Amino acid sequence: MREVAIVGTGMTRFGELWQASLRDLFAEAALEALGSAGADHLDAVYIGNMSAGCFVGQEHIGPVLVGQIGLAGVPATRVESACASGGVALRSAFLEVASGASDLVLAAGVEKMTDGADVTAVLATASDQEYEAYHGVTFPALYAMIARAHMETYGTTEEDLAAVAVKNHRHGKLNPKAQFRREITIKDVLESAWVAEPLRLLHCSPVSDGAAAVLLCSMDQARKYTDTPVKILGSGMATSSMMLADRRDPAFLDAVQASAERAYKMADRGPGDIQVAEVHDCFAISEICCLEALGLVERGHGGKATRRGETALGGRIPVNTSGGLKSKGHPVGATGIAQAIEIYEQLSGRAGERQVAGAKVGLAQNMGGSGASSVVHIFGRA
Amino acid sequence: MPSPRYWREIPSRYRLEASKCTGCGKVMYPARPVCPACRSRDAERVELTRRGRVVTSTVIHVPPTEFDTEAPYAVAVVETPEGARLMVQVVDCEPTEVRPGLGVSLEFRRIRREGHGGILCYGHKAVPLREGQT
Repeated sequence: MREVAIVGTGMTRFGELWQASLRDLFAEAALEALGSAGADHLDAVYIGNMSAGCFVGQEHIGPVLVGQIGLAGVPATRVESACASGGVALRSAFLEVASGASDLVLAAGVEKMTDGADVTAVLATASDQEYEAYHGVTFPALYAMIARAHMETYGTTEEDLAAVAVKNHRHGKLNPKAQFRREITIKDVLESAWVAEPLRLLHCSPVSDGAAAVLLCSMDQARKYTDTPVKILGSGMATSSMMLADRRDPAFLDAVQASAERAYKMADRGPGDIQVAEVHDCFAISEICCLEALGLVERGHGGKATRRGETALGGRIPVNTSGGLKSKGHPVGATGIAQAIEIYEQLSGRAGERQVAGAKVGLAQNMGGSGASSVVHIFGRA
Repeated sequence: MPSPRYWREIPSRYRLEASKCTGCGKVMYPARPVCPACRSRDAERVELTRRGRVVTSTVIHVPPTEFDTEAPYAVAVVETPEGARLMVQVVDCEPTEVRPGLGVSLEFRRIRREGHGGILCYGHKAVPLREGQT
């Protein structure tokens, strides 16, 4: 396999973007990514998108979106793995360049969620329709059951969960692209309305519009496009039981662990080498479980490590310096690509006030459903 | 969102019919063509005991539209004595009473009324065991 690098990035602001359509969002991010690298052509495009069909009634989005940037003719593939769609699009683009089949490939993600669709019902399509959603189970409810199991097994508290949201809002305040650029307190979280006990509104990521795109090429051509390429050292994906009821330990995300092991192996790195990480905090409990499954903290200690500040900027292993899904926003198909952009900015020294000094190796982990799919990428400064 | 007709016509949902792997003995609900533990394709059909224990649970305050009038309601993963696990609502109690370890019976109930046609969808719900019940 050839070495692959990120040589350009583009991203819309995340939020309720009422004036922007699905294609507007994609075009803004894609054109910014091409422009940042001075590229005027593409060999292929992969687009992470969970549910344009349900959210805005548009399927077959590949030609819609490449047509919008004047590149009709280029192969364009829409990739779906629920909230991990963006990460899997990145993996597909990475494999296409690594294989030698293409030299210059755009990996993008886009979601237009705030346009009138019943968002709760659309997101529930990422759970098992016949045996979970049928019974009135919502997406937050699945993570609430994971949280309850984690609290029972390890003594994790509601304050531990709140600390994740507080930390990510503190980071997101420093990110000009974030949906919520304000700090919140533990008290704010614990006084917000219940969504699914023990999860409250401020434990949950928001509904967002947005798009993100990264341009990949083989490492030997990377310096044609940028002075600061960032290498993709490893890529791993895994699935787990779709139904939460089928997992022997509902407090552990085994697909996250398996995807991380594969990525660590390809990168020839381990959890101790990671200096900055973006993980999938769709709910506060998922950040805690992901930290443990990635090996960044000891199993059962995700909550305590967060309370101690280990995962905050300035801590032992800063996590979700972008603000994470919680504060930056979570346009589901775009999330995996936005995570890669944050790590790119960190490793190329462009993260401004959020910069982790001297970061050379970073990780991004993107998850689908209640943890039934997960994809992990490890990046290194070239 | 209307469900496909076949969802309402799955006999195992109404009979609580599971598969028991003849290779390793694992019991799965619903039945699967391949055992996830040992990959055996040989299984027998078994009907689950209609009681179990809560493994984990939540109380839903923000429901899907079709369950609007029912919130807040409890949902749990329940394990039957055979080791099969299923996700069900827990009813006929205060939702906050539902905690891991709670003993429940599984009863045949209406799950929801679907769409303007009002098609009724059935399945099982859990009810906490009261004193004297086993």
